[in-house]
Amino acid sequence: MRWRPIAVVLGFGLFIGAYGAVLAQGDGKMAKYFVGDLRTGYTFATPETQAIQDDDFANPAFLWVDYAVELWEDPSGDAGKACSDCHGAAEDTMKGVGARYPVYNAELGKPINLEQRINKCRVDNMQAKAWKYESRELLGMTAYVKSQSRGMPVQVQIDGPMAPFYEKGKAFYFQRRGQLDMACANCHEGNAGNMIRANLLSQGQSNGFPLYRLKWQKLGSLHRRFRGCNKQVRAAPYGYGSDEYVNLELFVANRGMGLPVETPGVRM
Amino acid sequence: MAKNVKPRVKVPKTAAKGEIIEIKTLISHKMESGQRKDNKTGEKIPRMIINKFTCTYNGVEVFSADWHPAISTNPYMAFNTVATESGTLEFTWVDDEGSTYTKSAKITVQ
Repeated sequence: MRWRPIAVVLGFGLFIGAYGAVLAQGDGKMAKYFVGDLRTGYTFATPETQAIQDDDFANPAFLWVDYAVELWEDPSGDAGKACSDCHGAAEDTMKGVGARYPVYNAELGKPINLEQRINKCRVDNMQAKAWKYESRELLGMTAYVKSQSRGMPVQVQIDGPMAPFYEKGKAFYFQRRGQLDMACANCHEGNAGNMIRANLLSQGQSNGFPLYRLKWQKLGSLHRRFRGCNKQVRAAPYGYGSDEYVNLELFVANRGMGLPVETPGVRM
Repeated sequence: MAKNVKPRVKVPKTAAKGEIIEIKTLISHKMESGQRKDNKTGEKIPRMIINKFTCTYNGVEVFSADWHPAISTNPYMAFNTVATESGTLEFTWVDDEGSTYTKSAKITVQ
């Protein structure tokens, strides 16, 4: 019976493998980043990168957040109102807000994301100019507002008026595009943890955005990430804040339902 | 003065005499390496980095570092020193333009 030792070795290997996986998930610090089959991008990062995110002082994203703390109190625009005049302390009023975006806006008849909500508030209520996408102000304020929900589970609405937009986002996710003819799903479904040339693929979860990416050397929005991915498959990217990307943002958020908000995350 | 440069430091408020304390610093700075070219014009972007970091403890230098172009944007620096007496720690960053950025923190030694 020559096959026996092989079977034993194989069985032992499987056991070690399974034990390793359980250990990685059950490990105290890491446990909160695993929800069922979902894993946040944090779990794919190197220990060094994780250490930067773990320490709010070392996390350079807080340079933007600190700036937004000042902006929160700053009355700009013709109405002479600051965020704090209506919303009080962000720590109380903004708790949980970031976790449920994008939300349906009845006035516009479509979903809007947090960036658009902030700008809508500026234009409608403060009579101030809208901040540009990827500006220091908008990134900082988005990160500041969303970071008030840190640790809370992502929970977006996809039924009712949101249903058609969710379907569009889903279709976008599975639609092949670009010269490389690849959909989001080709990389991020079932290939998480595998390498794509020199890069490690994650599940493509959005719970850490806006996040500080070491490659960018600055804070970046989810739409910047979408644009980067689209360009990498040689497809023409959509605009920042475009309907296509907001729908996709909705789908991606729902796909990572239950993961804790990590904003502002740090990734390589 | 470069735009949007803001230093942050973290020093323990109190420490026991002789205790080794960890000091963390972070400054927002673009740290232009001088090795990049402008995408449109093809011209070299001049180097603009912080080249010197110093920390003094009640006027005595306890730590300093020369920085070179491989230091990343928004440089983070952490180091240890011994808490000798109550007083002020002064942090200074100097960049290629000659601009100086400073920050200070107080410590009480019991």
